[in-house]
Amino acid sequence: MNIEIMKAVLGLEDGTYVTGEGFGVEGECRGELVFSTQMTGYMEALTDASYFGQMLLFTYPLIGNYGVDLQNFQAKKPWALACIAREICAAPSTGIPMLRYFEDNGLLGMSGIDTRMLTIKTRVMGTLRAALVVGDDNCEYAVERATTAPQISEEELIPTVSCKGPYHVEGRGKRIAVIDLGIKKNMVISLRKRDADLYVYPYNASATDILGSKPDALFISNGPGDPMHATHAIQCVKELAGNLPIFGICMGNQVCGLALGAKTYKMKFGHRGTNQPVRNSEGKIFITTQNHGYAVAADTLPEGCRVSFENVNDGTLEGFTNNDLKVTTVQFHPEAHGGPRDTEAFFFDSMFRRIS
Amino acid sequence: MPRFPHIKKVLLIGSGPIQIGQAAEFDFSGSQACRALREEGVKVVLVNSNPATIQTDPDMADEVYIEPLRADIIAKIIEKERPDGILSGMGGQTGLNMTAELAERGALKGVEILGTPLEAIYQGEDREKFRELMKKIGEPVPISYILNDIRQIDEALNCVGLPAIVRPAYTLGGAGGGIAQTKEELVRITESGLNRSRIRQVLIEQSVQGWKEIEFEVMRDASDTCVIICGMENVDPMGIHTGESVVVAPILTLRDDEFQMMRSAAIKIIRALDVQGGCNIQFAFKEGDYRVIEVNPRVSRSSALASKATGYPIARVAAKIAIGLRLDEITNSVTGCTMASFEPAIDYVVVKVPRWPFDKFKSADRTLTTAMKSTGEVMAIGRTIEEAFKKALRSVDTDVTIHTNPSEIRMILSRPTDERFACLFDAFRQGFSVEEIFNLTKITPFFLEKIKNIVEMERALAVNAGIEDIRRAKKYGFSNLELKELTGKSWKEIEKIIGAPTYKMVDTCAAEFPATTPYFYSTWETESEIVPDTKQKVLIIGSGPIRIGQGIEFDYCTVHAVMALREAGVIVHIVNNNPETVSTDSDTSDRLFFEPMQLEDIMNILKSDNYYGVMVQFGGQNSVNLAVPIEKEIKRLKLATKILGTTPDAMDIAEDRDRFSLLLDKLDIPAPPNSSAFSVEEAHAKAKKIGYPVLVRPSYVLGGRAMEIVHDETELDVYMKEAVRVSRNHPVLIDSFLQNAIELDVDAVCDGSEVLIGGIMEHIEEAGVHSGDSACVIPTQSLSKSVLLRVRDYTRKIALGLGVIGMVNLQLAVKNDIVYVLEANPRASRTVPFVSKATGIPLAKIAAKTMMGKKLSELGYEERDIKHVAVKEVLLPFNKLPGVDTVLGPEMKSTGEVMGIDYDFGRAYYKASISADNELPMQGNVFISVSNEQKDEVIAISRKLKGLGLTLYGTSGTVEYLTQAGIEANLVRKVQEGSPNVIDLLRRGEIRLIINTPKGKQSRQDHYQIMRAAVDYAVPYITTLQAAKAAAHAIDALKKEKITLEPISHYIGV
Repeated sequence: MNIEIMKAVLGLEDGTYVTGEGFGVEGECRGELVFSTQMTGYMEALTDASYFGQMLLFTYPLIGNYGVDLQNFQAKKPWALACIAREICAAPSTGIPMLRYFEDNGLLGMSGIDTRMLTIKTRVMGTLRAALVVGDDNCEYAVERATTAPQISEEELIPTVSCKGPYHVEGRGKRIAVIDLGIKKNMVISLRKRDADLYVYPYNASATDILGSKPDALFISNGPGDPMHATHAIQCVKELAGNLPIFGICMGNQVCGLALGAKTYKMKFGHRGTNQPVRNSEGKIFITTQNHGYAVAADTLPEGCRVSFENVNDGTLEGFTNNDLKVTTVQFHPEAHGGPRDTEAFFFDSMFRRIS
Repeated sequence: MPRFPHIKKVLLIGSGPIQIGQAAEFDFSGSQACRALREEGVKVVLVNSNPATIQTDPDMADEVYIEPLRADIIAKIIEKERPDGILSGMGGQTGLNMTAELAERGALKGVEILGTPLEAIYQGEDREKFRELMKKIGEPVPISYILNDIRQIDEALNCVGLPAIVRPAYTLGGAGGGIAQTKEELVRITESGLNRSRIRQVLIEQSVQGWKEIEFEVMRDASDTCVIICGMENVDPMGIHTGESVVVAPILTLRDDEFQMMRSAAIKIIRALDVQGGCNIQFAFKEGDYRVIEVNPRVSRSSALASKATGYPIARVAAKIAIGLRLDEITNSVTGCTMASFEPAIDYVVVKVPRWPFDKFKSADRTLTTAMKSTGEVMAIGRTIEEAFKKALRSVDTDVTIHTNPSEIRMILSRPTDERFACLFDAFRQGFSVEEIFNLTKITPFFLEKIKNIVEMERALAVNAGIEDIRRAKKYGFSNLELKELTGKSWKEIEKIIGAPTYKMVDTCAAEFPATTPYFYSTWETESEIVPDTKQKVLIIGSGPIRIGQGIEFDYCTVHAVMALREAGVIVHIVNNNPETVSTDSDTSDRLFFEPMQLEDIMNILKSDNYYGVMVQFGGQNSVNLAVPIEKEIKRLKLATKILGTTPDAMDIAEDRDRFSLLLDKLDIPAPPNSSAFSVEEAHAKAKKIGYPVLVRPSYVLGGRAMEIVHDETELDVYMKEAVRVSRNHPVLIDSFLQNAIELDVDAVCDGSEVLIGGIMEHIEEAGVHSGDSACVIPTQSLSKSVLLRVRDYTRKIALGLGVIGMVNLQLAVKNDIVYVLEANPRASRTVPFVSKATGIPLAKIAAKTMMGKKLSELGYEERDIKHVAVKEVLLPFNKLPGVDTVLGPEMKSTGEVMGIDYDFGRAYYKASISADNELPMQGNVFISVSNEQKDEVIAISRKLKGLGLTLYGTSGTVEYLTQAGIEANLVRKVQEGSPNVIDLLRRGEIRLIINTPKGKQSRQDHYQIMRAAVDYAVPYITTLQAAKAAAHAIDALKKEKITLEPISHYIGV
């Protein structure tokens, strides 16, 4: 069989490398190598801005089976630095073939490798920095690039994925100010479904900017990298907490935690997938979508804060509330896409109840 | 929430005999449930009529009743045992139906229904209630019409249109249903469906034929937490029962938003049903739209598949939920560090392919519809779909006919039969396009592209295959044998190019957490997760898919062998590919390999670690057939591994008729004159010398495949054509046929110096009926002491003469006080579980220990003289297979077995009969029709039945004969004599039992029609005089004395 194969090599900070087949275009990138265990919703994940600064490895070996479903994108384009998979479907039944989409849009990808091996390595060693070279198989170079890659905690990722200026999405219901740290489209959709009048601000908005729109509540979105870099958003929450109800998802949860005085930490390899069980304070379990490498340390939450959700597998904090300050946040993704919708109504309905 | 404190004792109903639509999966789930409940300190009372199950082992539950699954009997057991709860969802549809019946007759006072509530049983099975519920919660269902009377058919047709699907309520595996394209078909299928349905209800439904078929396995606990264990996608679109479809997991071709839409619906449905435990929900999906097709509020064949596909033990968790535990209180036993309240993520593709019995039933209608016809299934795991497809096809172990004629291919593709999946490959080989095949099959092109990839790979291999091509082919699941044939390279060359496979773990979580369960599959990747060590291990070869002739009995033996070795501290690994079984439960062995079982696959395992030995005796004929090839490979590769127990050479003596005859001669043991022939001419000469009638069969038979009684030269000619095609590498065996002899089966264990006889079974049917289809009894009922002495003597001599170490099964026939040995099988036999249950001697366990070098004298077992009687009866699949000849013969036809146990033969036989769905009547009409030569014998039986108060009916000849003998009998017309005839009586439900023994061509034709009607209208029937005699005896016994209801431990004293 004559199959034209584009070379590719993935170097890791521990000095090892894997060669495989490249797809998309020639080029290189470096950042964290993270894995997600989701079996559907690969385009939702790749277009989730929280993956900016990371290469996304899918543990499911067959990716691209239903092609590229533009309608489910969470942003205008994929933000993950690269897609790494065992196999990309060459002839999907529907949609634009992923291989073609990656080529046409100048994206990087690698396939034909033992992704389970890399997953186990990540699980054992913790998230590793990596460098992907597509179009070449110079492994020494790839390893060298990986070892010299910056730590994600040193990177300013949010400005790139946040909106460039404020904008307004008109609605007839509650007015909600949104700080966009890399917001997923479906958060906007879930808010819009409830008729919210949205004023969306970039990452560096100030409390004064936000109060300018006279919002009924503040919502802080998901975003990439270390939440410590979301300094403006943290400041906003510090200033506004107690004045109006504040809600947050994912990085929004971490930003609120930091603003109220809690600490965040980098997890060994994070939670990424669509099967993460969380337990609320009444003992009820929900299956959720998650994508985070940082978490709020529950034992650092200040007085007045109550853990509202914890992860069933490892007990980490999955959400907290502060009734006095009217802060309600979750670490998981109730807006789903991809993943289960079990908490969509639960979170957003109760959010709107709390606003009124 | 801790478990319900008031539930201290639970009744668990098993699913009865293996039948089409209900196979080993319920032994798997029931056994898991027993263990799960007992872990929580709950006592378990188990009722099941199937002795070939692990769950009916005396130590699986606190009390085990091997009794007929009939509401009146279970009601009595409930009175006696007073359980606090009944677990309804573990015994398949049988378990649910039984629970509903018990509740309806008021037998469940003080007994809580756990898991699946009564209302959910009705909503899941009663079409009307199901539709009402779906309407209430806003879930879409296909347009439909429910009818209870055939007169409503026009209205139904107007409402639904054609094509339409007919679904009878309360039947197994969709039995009695089908797809109607025309009005005539609609009437015919509806009529039969009404008759099959327990509540005479049939649903006629808008056909969503060609839509995608999607299934979800959902779990829910008492605190309303819901999780999806597995989504599965049928490769065959709607229109073919999911049990008949090639299925993949996870769902592969749905976008996330489409998937989540149905996931949310599935959760809504399980909540509405209020199921606490597991539930299977099926959807049809097309272009963003879906319909809810059906729900099974219980564990099922699909849930067994989902358990094996993900590693998540659905039945275990469902049982714990049923007694009040919450999902987040149950440990995920696979990881040991996370809880059961999550959704498994997998990182491989699973493919299930059904196994059909059409190799046994040449005249059966092979069309696949909404009713099940398959007996079993295989599962394969790969990292690519191509690999999983290829591994599954290798596992299924059927002869595949390659089709090259495009018209024939088009026909098979558009009217699906068991051949369709393999035929997709043929279509690509013949140059069909994906589009063309899609138009013929409506199979999602995604899957067709994968098959095309495989065929293109075949082509590439055939033309100048390079090293990279060969390596790529391994990733596509090609076997070395195929590579050898396609590339022309030698085995050695190929081995050198490809190296060794990697073994990956099935861990429920796609490697996110470290896992402790040792459940592996092979694939061709970089890293293997098996780290070899110096500890000595034993590999046991399982029995593969359930098929006629190789059923659950061999899984039972496999599991027992594992148990025995583990008790002895030996590390035991299993290889098998049947997802329904207990042996493939990941905690049964120390390591499970889910793999095809060809030589290459077995050798790869043996090479992957340090194996002391391999056991081939327990997996049935297939694994025995591997003995010689494995031994050769072990030698070639210079491995230290041994074939444990009887040597392959001794096995060969037993299989090779000439060598075996020599042995019998040497031991001075009589055998029916026999010979073997490699050509038609030789066969004629040999048969003539032996004298007709002769029994002919190919060597290395499995369940009597292609075995026939041949009366003359013409019949022999016809036979030779068939048989030689069936097995061209082996000769045809010709035996003198001992007419009207009594057949015996003996199961024994030999340690090389001593022999333990487990049991001597007397067949009820005469010689000529395959031993697997014959009812049999322990202890023997009609044999003299001297005969039994000789039987024991011959068994000992043969076991020692062959050099058996481990199991041996003998088949013998007694005629005119001469004991003939028909065959010896140095392996576990189909009757081992029955003998073990009847006598309490764990034969397979003892055998496994002797194979590890233990002596019988150390183990301390001896043949037991039992005071009770145990009868094994078989279950025949005729009601599931339209068009099949119902006459019993040397070809095995039964799918499963039941056991009746009591203190005399009559009552034990009665229990066995009703367990096998042959309800012996205590009153009413019996139709008798036998050939002239048997009329003397039938007089005694008729007189007895008449004396017991039954009314006799017969056709002219029989009636005349009986009247002459002074027995009053009513006349019915023969079928050809017009209406009203016997079939009309059957249709009107006026006949309660049929005794009809076919002899001669004309009466066979008549017999065929009567039997078909009996099967369709579910009237009990008997086809041999011996069985009729036994039935009369049983009715007599029942009139005199009540049946005994005691647990099995009561009889065997465990």
